[in-house]
Amino acid sequence: MRVLTLIAALAMATPATAATERPAPRPDPAKGAAVFAKWCAPCHAPGMRHPGTAALAAKYNGQLPPELERRSDLTPDMVALYVRAGISLMAPFRKTEISDPQLADLGAYLSPRPHAKGARK
Amino acid sequence: MTTPPGLTAAVFDDALREIRAAVGDEWVFTTPADTALYRDAYSLFWDEPEERLASAAVAPATVEQVQAVTRACNARGVPLYPISTGRNLGYGGSAPAYSGSVVLDLKRMDRVIEVDERNGSCIVEPGVSYFDMYRHLQSRGSRLWIDVPDPGWGSMIGNALDFGGGYTANPYRNHFEAHCGMEVVLADGEILRTGMGALPGAQTWQQYRYGFGPYLDGLFKQSTLGITTKMGFWLFPQPEAYFTASINLPRYDDLPMLVDTIGELENANIFNGMPGISSPVLFRGGKNPLDFPEIPEGAEMDRLARETGLPCWSARLTFYGPEQVIRAQWAYAKSRFPTASFTEHALVKLPLSPADMERIHKPSFGIPSLEMFAMGARSAHNPNPTDGHFWFSPIIPRTGEGFIAANRIIRQTCQRLDIPVLLFSPPVSSWWRAFILVMAIPVHKDPARNQHLRAAVKELIRVCADHGWGEYRTAPAFHDAVMDTYSYNNHIVRRVNERIKDALDPNGILSVGRYGVWPKRLREQGGRK
Ligand SMILES: Cc1cc2nc3c(=O)[nH]c(=O)nc-3n(C[C@H](O)[C@H](O)[C@H](O)COP(=O)(O)OP(=O)(O)OC[C@H]3O[C@@H](n4cnc5c(N)ncnc54)[C@H](O)[C@@H]3O)c2cc1C
Repeated sequence: MRVLTLIAALAMATPATAATERPAPRPDPAKGAAVFAKWCAPCHAPGMRHPGTAALAAKYNGQLPPELERRSDLTPDMVALYVRAGISLMAPFRKTEISDPQLADLGAYLSPRPHAKGARK
Repeated sequence: MTTPPGLTAAVFDDALREIRAAVGDEWVFTTPADTALYRDAYSLFWDEPEERLASAAVAPATVEQVQAVTRACNARGVPLYPISTGRNLGYGGSAPAYSGSVVLDLKRMDRVIEVDERNGSCIVEPGVSYFDMYRHLQSRGSRLWIDVPDPGWGSMIGNALDFGGGYTANPYRNHFEAHCGMEVVLADGEILRTGMGALPGAQTWQQYRYGFGPYLDGLFKQSTLGITTKMGFWLFPQPEAYFTASINLPRYDDLPMLVDTIGELENANIFNGMPGISSPVLFRGGKNPLDFPEIPEGAEMDRLARETGLPCWSARLTFYGPEQVIRAQWAYAKSRFPTASFTEHALVKLPLSPADMERIHKPSFGIPSLEMFAMGARSAHNPNPTDGHFWFSPIIPRTGEGFIAANRIIRQTCQRLDIPVLLFSPPVSSWWRAFILVMAIPVHKDPARNQHLRAAVKELIRVCADHGWGEYRTAPAFHDAVMDTYSYNNHIVRRVNERIKDALDPNGILSVGRYGVWPKRLREQGGRK
């Protein structure tokens, strides 16, 4: 899938975005869910009134689910890339909005974890 | 790390050392990856040498920390650019207006200090977003509404200071007008409280705006004079009902009378929501209501109206209030238009039902959302998303003739200058008694396109000014160009602003260059572009 290769390439080309300066606590998907609800859901919740969901529906045209919470291909690095670099109309989020530890939590929430299969909608 | 212009690295390091001591290492950002987060994502200078970039960013958590940072900068002439939530997309984002400034990011100051149900008011810090305040009011079962702009992630304070507007009833949708009382840190670190806040022990800070003597709050609208750390706002008691209805008039020549009469009804408080003007005949076939086409000649428009049976114009009135009162107001409004036909839209009882919630335009009900970001985004209808947009928003006369002239001349000028337009509004009445036109112009991260756009929009600013139309707000790329057009008496407005600037901020550190006001040292160096 061309789109995915591109995303993977971008992810590798970015300098390390996650918190590396200090020992980070283990990312917590439950906290990540709260970060998602506060910062991401206004654009990425289910339903085409949400511009992020509508944009991803048009972009992936059925090849991937348009709702981020239903994706199984996201990794913490991809999540960090989009949050910190933005894309298209989506402006990046600063560390005073989503801190590095919160970003790690969000990455844990959005990337598939075997033990949590089915936990997310 | 870059150093602000005119400073040595040693002096800047020294300032940062003092700032770190005040706010903690964790909240001082100096690496390129961190300062890049303060770039304006919709910048018209993206990746060009003129792009306005932060040298560093600092995020204090208290007023005392803001004072300490300000003193550290003032002592050394370090330019400091305060933002609240920094979501000023389309008007500059979170970037400073002057490259090399330290961005003072107030997002962490996010306390709702007070909600007074009886007085219908609140006091907030700059980091409180509309989403935050909405959740706060919901969680305590408040009967008060906020008024929100289209994007709900902005700051009540940041939006009001940049003179933003929303959608509900008249006194509330002009966000600066809806404020009552400010706390401001000045360039020397002193704290000013305006209005009744100046009287220790007064219990009326959010009741009487004007205090004693000159009204100082206006100095902080679109300003370079201070860092606002608290603001009081008046909130809208949730009305019983919401109702909109349209007045339809058949002929091209009806527009001046329509605009005058709805103005009179609004000024007499017969309706309190935001009025809207549209043209059923020009928007026939479900055209995008936010893309007002060029208005044809009168005879042509009348011919189209006859052929289609559609009215040339319609005005939509919006009412917030008790159902009984609204019905009487609407009956009276109708009586003023003997030749019109009328369309009544749904009456919505409040609070909203879950089904209504799915249908409505949320900001019209004081509910924050980001749905407006659909504009220009990729969608089933738009395979080529933009990288953002900026707003072009002149104040035009509130008359039918004024609207028609502005619509035609601006449309034609955009076409002549090859300025693409994502949204071209009908006349908008966010501000009582005024009309503005709002255009969204798409931006791409493409220097060649942006260079063309910058030159073309400067020309558009001049064309508008030649007709007496001036922008109410603009992106930093055009602050100087727009300020130049407010030129009565050899630019006395700018000169007075400069005199005040020099008196209150003699070292010229705060919000340098914003809205075309430059401190003395940069005026002398020809820093003004
Ligand atoms: C799709 C879209 C739709 C939009 N619709 C609307 C709309 O309906 N209405 C509207 O008003 N705007 C609208 N905007 C413009 C903008 O996004 C909002 O006005 C937004 O609220 C401004 O950002 P903010 O609240 O984060 O303010 P900030 O970015 O924090 O502040 C804006 C500016 O004010 C100054 N400032 C902020 N805080 C302080 C402070 N504490 N002390 C001193 N100076 C300060 C700074 O110069 C800053 O750059 C829209 C933008 C987009 C992209």
